[in-house]
Amino acid sequence: MARTTISSLFGNSPVKPLQKHMASVQECIVELVPFFEHVLEQDWKAAKAQQKKIAKLEGAADKLKRNLRLNLPKSLFMPMSRRDLLEVLTMQDKIANKAKDIAGLITGRKMEFPETVNDRLIEFVKRAIDASMQAQKAINELDELVETGFGGREVKLVQSMIKELDAIESDNDKIEVKIRASLFKIENDLPPVQVMFLYRVIDWIGELADLSQRVGSRLELLLAR
Amino acid sequence: MEFEITLLVMACVFGLFMAWGIGANDVANAMGTSVGSGAITIKQAVIIAAVFEFAGAFLAGGQVTKTIRKGIVDAELLSGTPELLVYGMLAALLAAGIWLLVASRFGWPVSTTHTIVGAIVGFAAVGIGFEAVKWGKVGSIVASWVVSPALAGIISYWLFRSVQKLILNTSKPFENAKKYVPFYIFLTGFIIALVTMFKGLKHVGLETSIVQNYSMAFIVGIIIMFIGIKYIRKLKIDPNADKDFHFANVEKVFAVLMVFTACAMAFAHGSNDVANAIGPVAAVVSIVQSGGEIGQKSALPIWILILGGGGIVLGLLMYGRRVIATIGKNITELTPSRGFAATLAAATTVVIASGTGLPISTTHTLVGAVLGVGLARGIGALNLNVVRTIFLSWVVTLPAGALMAILFFFTFKGIFSG
Repeated sequence: MARTTISSLFGNSPVKPLQKHMASVQECIVELVPFFEHVLEQDWKAAKAQQKKIAKLEGAADKLKRNLRLNLPKSLFMPMSRRDLLEVLTMQDKIANKAKDIAGLITGRKMEFPETVNDRLIEFVKRAIDASMQAQKAINELDELVETGFGGREVKLVQSMIKELDAIESDNDKIEVKIRASLFKIENDLPPVQVMFLYRVIDWIGELADLSQRVGSRLELLLAR
Repeated sequence: MEFEITLLVMACVFGLFMAWGIGANDVANAMGTSVGSGAITIKQAVIIAAVFEFAGAFLAGGQVTKTIRKGIVDAELLSGTPELLVYGMLAALLAAGIWLLVASRFGWPVSTTHTIVGAIVGFAAVGIGFEAVKWGKVGSIVASWVVSPALAGIISYWLFRSVQKLILNTSKPFENAKKYVPFYIFLTGFIIALVTMFKGLKHVGLETSIVQNYSMAFIVGIIIMFIGIKYIRKLKIDPNADKDFHFANVEKVFAVLMVFTACAMAFAHGSNDVANAIGPVAAVVSIVQSGGEIGQKSALPIWILILGGGGIVLGLLMYGRRVIATIGKNITELTPSRGFAATLAAATTVVIASGTGLPISTTHTLVGAVLGVGLARGIGALNLNVVRTIFLSWVVTLPAGALMAILFFFTFKGIFSG
């Protein structure tokens, strides 16, 4: 007798869980900053602990992702497309996955970064985190979007947020180009395998911002129906 | 006629049982949206329901009661054997009561109205004769079951769209809410008052002209609007509340409106559903009291209305508040701005149906109204399975009510006429 006609009519809205998932992703990737600081100091004990923390937070985000997916039956009638929503979720989750991969790779290989790269590395990571923070900001507008029925001012507001996100991402790209250039100058003096992995880590950090941008563009698809 | 007292008591007990069931279950559906949106507390919901269900039944329930009493069965055919109509109405009441009990146990979304109509049609067609049923009228009743949720959906869609356009999608939603919400309050009061004026006040002894009706409804609307404005002015704006959710303060204004639409909903529900429960009782009472005469123009005795209203309040107090609490917890996604659109649309549709004498399902109408808001992209997630089970319940309820009514009809006939 717990559920009557009216109460069973209302499904669980995916909006809050999606926002929670993004918050959890964000919680995970901000830990990259202290992680890189430890790495640059070559304090492997602290870095290892930090890497474990990141992996744990990624696991927490994964759990939220799975829960949300399980609670999204096809019979649900939502103000946004189910597919777009799931894509946003997937993109969000990929950010945390990538952060975990980065921390895992660096710790596993006890990677050292050359001085010239060092300077810009933290800035590079922080900019990538800025991007995901901006993505989170946009995702946090989703309940207001539902409130306004995806119309008018609120849509414009979110669109401007996504624009800002794009700007952050391209800024991040510029830093990436510079880091690559400085690494290129010295790559012949370093062991080739190390150089290979340095490029890979730089790639992955760049991808972090890329993924955040893609969260934004999926959200944009969600708006335009 | 024999066994008059027994039959009367049975009618009252069955009618009370039906009303109790409506109060325990059905009212919760009508009021749950208001509680769920956080506009009113459970205690307030119970008080509003108790007062306005009764007022609705008393002021605007007459037409539906009449339909149930005389609209479905051709009483002329029974002028020689009035006791058959008494047995039939008793059987319909008992069948509906039991069916509702079974259905609510399993959580099926069946409606009191559908069950009662199915039961009456059943006993009349089989117990008396196929021609005893006014099929044209039954047809229009069944059609109204499809039309009413659709109509409520259309109204709520446009209501909510207007809220989006005028208030939510503007640069100053709070200021605009304060500006436009009183108009919606006026609309609520006006519609309810108008239908009541047109249909309800005759049996209270007031004859009014069309102009009088409109002007009275207008005045009632204005008065209610000013009460609303007073409350909106008293609202305290919490600038911190908007940090997490930008529309927190706007929704506070809508919460005031929601109190009025909750009253309207209770009124509408009373006007339609109470009539279902007491219609058969009224039929039995009028036949028994007039010593077996059918079709005389006796007014609905007030005490029957009190019986119906009282039964509802009893069910509400004993069981309904728990159900309301459950619903309230389950539908927190429904903010006052949506809740109001859905409730006002449903209340309007139901009251219009009551005025026309069409017995419809309040719950199904409300489901239609909520879907309307959903179509305006206003609700996070709606479970469309419910719509399927509602259709299913239509298909099952009519034969089930009819079969049970037929069974009870012959049982009563055997006991009392044997």
